[in-house]
Amino acid sequence: MSGHPSTYNPSTGFEKWIDKRLPIIRFGADFMEFPTPKNLNYWWTFGGILTVCLVVQIITGVVLAMHYTPHTDFAFASVEHIMRDVNYGWLMRYVHANGASMFFIAVYIHMFRGLYYGSYKAPREMSWILGVVIFLLMMATAFMGYVLPWGQMSYWGATVITNLFSAIPLVGESIRTLLWGGFSVDNPTLNRFFSLHYLLPFAIFGVVALHIWAFHTSGNNNPSGVEVKDVKKDTLPFHPYFTVKDGFAIVLFFIVFALFVFFNPNALGHADNYIEANPLSTPASIVPEWYFLPFYAILRAITFDIGPISSKLGGVIAMFSSILVLFVLPWLDTSKVRSMRFRPVARLWFFLLVITCLALGWLGGKPAEGVYVMWAQIFTAYYFGFFLIILPLLGIMETPKPMPRSIADAVLKPKSADAAPAGAVPAE
Amino acid sequence: MQNTRAILRRVQRGILLGATFAMTTSDPTHDSEPTRRDFIHIFGTAATAVGAGAVVWPLVHQMNPDASVLALSTKEVDLSSVEVGQAIKVFWQGKPVFIRRRTAVEIEEAEATPMSALKDDNARNANLAGKVDASDNARTSSADGEAKPEWLVLVGVCTHLGCIPLGTSAGENKGDYGGWFCPCHGSHYDTAGRIRKGPAPENLPVPPYEFVSDTVVRIG
Repeated sequence: MSGHPSTYNPSTGFEKWIDKRLPIIRFGADFMEFPTPKNLNYWWTFGGILTVCLVVQIITGVVLAMHYTPHTDFAFASVEHIMRDVNYGWLMRYVHANGASMFFIAVYIHMFRGLYYGSYKAPREMSWILGVVIFLLMMATAFMGYVLPWGQMSYWGATVITNLFSAIPLVGESIRTLLWGGFSVDNPTLNRFFSLHYLLPFAIFGVVALHIWAFHTSGNNNPSGVEVKDVKKDTLPFHPYFTVKDGFAIVLFFIVFALFVFFNPNALGHADNYIEANPLSTPASIVPEWYFLPFYAILRAITFDIGPISSKLGGVIAMFSSILVLFVLPWLDTSKVRSMRFRPVARLWFFLLVITCLALGWLGGKPAEGVYVMWAQIFTAYYFGFFLIILPLLGIMETPKPMPRSIADAVLKPKSADAAPAGAVPAE
Repeated sequence: MQNTRAILRRVQRGILLGATFAMTTSDPTHDSEPTRRDFIHIFGTAATAVGAGAVVWPLVHQMNPDASVLALSTKEVDLSSVEVGQAIKVFWQGKPVFIRRRTAVEIEEAEATPMSALKDDNARNANLAGKVDASDNARTSSADGEAKPEWLVLVGVCTHLGCIPLGTSAGENKGDYGGWFCPCHGSHYDTAGRIRKGPAPENLPVPPYEFVSDTVVRIG
């Protein structure tokens, strides 16, 4: 996974013995020595933060599974049992539930960072694509995890989302039955969701390893978007320079995390999920967790039939396309310049995309009627327009600003006339 | 023995000539005559593919409804206590079924509605074969073939995204057409459970049912 010449020298006899049989110490040492661009800013710490999030979710999740019962008769009660009876059960559950939200906050920042600095461009397409795979796995895991407490939102959220599959022509109904294991969301559904919810994080772990392997092969991108030219001048070893920087960011992140867990643990949840699931009564409005709201808004924005495609199928296609388009992003963006620091026009469109995603998130929580639908349609159009029209055209039409000759130049002479202004990026 | 060998050889050659055509012609080192090794490769690949299929099938099919779920697929309901104008909700296959004893006015309204006023003109009645017009008669037909207009039996799951429409219990919002109203995304159903307004694409489906006696109905 190192992608650079090994500098490890086994000193003791034991290390030499190990190194000839399973060079795992060498692997770790090379990992820590990895030459990392010296200009990485705090937006780059979210990779480490995300790794920590995954570990926190797996540890608290394994603990919760020791006390949870995946049966429709007992699931809701067993969650309350965790909250009231199990020693520190409330802490484990609140960390796990808020941990999911923290995970998504971090992954969205991480993705927008990749977009802004062009981290998806050659030669880092594989890192980007694997990242999108991780994002999809995260969404599946979070969705199934939210079903497990078997509250009203769990049940009805699962009903609405599984019903989306019935919109697929010909095989849709069979797929839905296969997901349910019955004729509606019921005990078999809860059981298999629990099984898969336990499995998928380990799948994520595997893809994360590939994700890191990929960018350790190409080398990290960096805020200037200029490739490493001279390892000595442009890079620093990962440890201690970036372990410390990442560690500091993780501490700050944990402070925010703790504020939620200890002072407002239900702020990001929905009150209706403290009512046990009732298949005979639908809550007044069904809303997914906040991190799915932009996609929910896109789903509901398609209120019209498009030729033979019904509005229901159209909504499903639009929602899935909004993620699938990210897979082809490296080939949609025609500009050779990675960092938007040097792309004055693309930058403006990028910030409009950020606003669009936030607006879609807000609209996803509103009822699907009247003016809300119209705005959701406008923002959905911009979302796809950004990737499918603006990025391909801008690469041809835009004149980028002059780029620094090297990373060292970008760091040492930020204020010189032809380099980027230092204040161009918020967090530096 | 010799004979069997000869036949096997011929079969082998037949398969090879067919299946390895592309392989042998694209590879310049091959003669036109396929070898025993080619046969083993193809046989091995084919057996692996069949084996993989045989493994995947049960692994996928186990997710379909199991025997205990299927065993609960019928339900008998006693309707003797339901008065005219009342409706009840019963649980069948994990879904609510609405059974409404309609008033004369409601029946009249449903019968008077022209097909052209319907968003979905398909009866969606599991008791009727093929596509039938969504007349009130077709919506109230049971498996024994006759329609009892007084009784309307529906699967109470909105055809949009699966919410439970309101309008069964007294005092609930019955929507603009006096039938049912789905609070999730605003679909209105009429007194025959047909979609009239809103995002739902289809009428509420009529489940398979028949009257076992005058007051007992069997669903499923």
